[in-house]
Amino acid sequence: MAKITMREAISQALMEEMDRDPAVFILGEEVGVWGGTYAVTKGFYDKYGAARVKDTPIAENAIIGAAIGAAMVGQRPIAELMTINFAFSAMDYIVNQAAKLRYMFGGQFTLPMVIRAVGGGGRQLGATHSQTPDAIFAHFPGLKVVSPGTPEDAKGLLKSAIRSNDPILFIEHATMYQVRGEVPEGEYTIPIGKSKVQRPGKDLTIVTYCKGLELSMKAADELAKEDIEAEIVDLRTLRPLDMEPVLESFKKTNRAIVVEEGWKSYGVGSEVVSRIYEEAFDYVDAPIIRVAQKEVPLPYNRTLEQAALPQVPDIVAAAKEVVK
Amino acid sequence: MKKEQLLDLYYQMVLIRRVEERGAELYQAGKIGGFMHLYIGQEAVSTGLIAAREPRDRVITAYRDHGVALNCGISSNEVMAELLGKATGMSKGKGGSMHMADTSKNMWGGHAIVGGHLPVASGLALGDQYAGNDNVTICMFGDGATNIGYFHEALNLAKTWGLRVLWVCENNQYGMGTAVERASAVTEIRQKAEGYGMKNGQADGMDVMKVYEAAKDAIEYVRKEGQPYLLEVDTYRFRGHSMGDPERYRKAEEVKQWQENDPIGIFNKYLLDKKAATRKQLDEIEARVEEEVAKAVEFAEASPEPTMEDLFKDIYADN
Ligand SMILES: Cc1ncc(C[n+]2csc(CCOP(=O)(O)OP(=O)(O)O)c2C)c(N)n1
Ligand SMILES: [Mg+2]
Repeated sequence: MAKITMREAISQALMEEMDRDPAVFILGEEVGVWGGTYAVTKGFYDKYGAARVKDTPIAENAIIGAAIGAAMVGQRPIAELMTINFAFSAMDYIVNQAAKLRYMFGGQFTLPMVIRAVGGGGRQLGATHSQTPDAIFAHFPGLKVVSPGTPEDAKGLLKSAIRSNDPILFIEHATMYQVRGEVPEGEYTIPIGKSKVQRPGKDLTIVTYCKGLELSMKAADELAKEDIEAEIVDLRTLRPLDMEPVLESFKKTNRAIVVEEGWKSYGVGSEVVSRIYEEAFDYVDAPIIRVAQKEVPLPYNRTLEQAALPQVPDIVAAAKEVVK
Repeated sequence: MKKEQLLDLYYQMVLIRRVEERGAELYQAGKIGGFMHLYIGQEAVSTGLIAAREPRDRVITAYRDHGVALNCGISSNEVMAELLGKATGMSKGKGGSMHMADTSKNMWGGHAIVGGHLPVASGLALGDQYAGNDNVTICMFGDGATNIGYFHEALNLAKTWGLRVLWVCENNQYGMGTAVERASAVTEIRQKAEGYGMKNGQADGMDVMKVYEAAKDAIEYVRKEGQPYLLEVDTYRFRGHSMGDPERYRKAEEVKQWQENDPIGIFNKYLLDKKAATRKQLDEIEARVEEEVAKAVEFAEASPEPTMEDLFKDIYADN
């Protein structure tokens, strides 16, 4: 096992897959000469050249549309959206094209493509540049949505996403590129659509993913000091959603909270909680609580932004509430 | 132009420069966060442009907006306060560097989605057309923004409906690290107007008087003819795209060459050559700006933060 950063993990996955399959190429804004705005593709331009690391104009519709077309004829494009906020500038291509073309034409088209996008708040980038709109994208059948919370998962899941024959939105978090974690030596992949217990416990279940995992791990440490053992289930993939590990954990703990960075209304938590109520109602010992972003566009001011985002103390408080 | 007005333009350009230099320091000191895009090198563009408008003409721009805000008459106190995220900023600390607006000064905002404000500019002009007035909307954007669909939709609409928009492309040669020729099928941006049958022109953006003259004519055309116009202004940003840009995409010599064409230096020389100002007068202006900026920083630092109550304000107009 080697300890590497999230940035290195994603970078390694991209490089390994580009080395493995010449059909894989990258296109996006500033992915080449600049080396990626978050330095994920640093060195790629020199190694693979302009044909495989394509700097695009600022034209999100063209980026996603071109990736769709190239995928349809057998290439394996990785389209990078500089941030997920610009996915809204390409919404038609993501929702009306990528998610539907195969089904609508009776399975004739195959779209082996990945859209990499970084999201998340906490960097004072203001309302349009700080969103965590993951749930919106998970709403659409035909699109898969992956959002890892550890370097190991990021690398293994991205490799699977690149090899997958379906359009996959791969969501990273802007404040997590420096997060370090153990990654297996050598070749490995992690299947898409599998949730995972990241920390065992018996008193309550914390269901979360991506940034929520980082926060929940810290909250679990706090809770442990007060003899509350939280079990953390990391969704890792939002669509298709694997509820098995969640339900299994819940049937043991009978109490749960769901932690996500996005807004609470119509969010990931809303989906998870309904599924628990639908599928494990008899096991419910306490109302399930959602910890999420306050219902405001994120402000620039640092104090206000931090107040609007879910924080470790919010998770600790919610956990104590459900075990009370 | 009258001497006083010329001196005022000089004051505005120096003010932008110093506000941003102080801003950069405060950013390094961790007092300003998020993205901050400096206008240093491009001061002549918005200064010349906005000097040519009537107060009733509207201005809308992208995230590189500190200069535009100051030219529109927003105080350096408010600009600095917004940069520091204070309640006394024009956007109450919620917008930050990229989101400065003051509707009372007809400044309709800096906007952070590339090209996103262009159709909105068409809308401002549509609102004025609908109201039956002949106000002009001045919409500023970068070279990079002309490659996104928004640009084309907005220009087409403006020409088709006869909307009074002066489109101003600030061609600073790069969109982030991508040189114009690496992203745009035509490198002379003004040509893009031809496809929409739109009148267009070009101006040297390092020379405030040239920008002013070109803008004056263009605004007159837009107002009189009830037609849009695309003005391409050639310029250069002396600093990185935003704070923390490694600038691997351009050579230091290239930057140096443009810096020799400093718009403030050019205008300084123009004023002296034309005997429109004495060296003493220009020195006085610079001293006045230093003082003003120092006070603005003091004001911003002493200003209150927005409160938790403010967090939930202004989400909707109706409750
Ligand atoms: C729709 C969208 N895509 C990408 C970005 C990220 N981005 C911000 S500024 C910028 C470059 C814009 O270049 P240009 O229009 O030339 O303006 P300049 O920064 O040179 O003033 C990019 C790609 C964005 N803000 N919005
Ligand atoms: Mg530019």
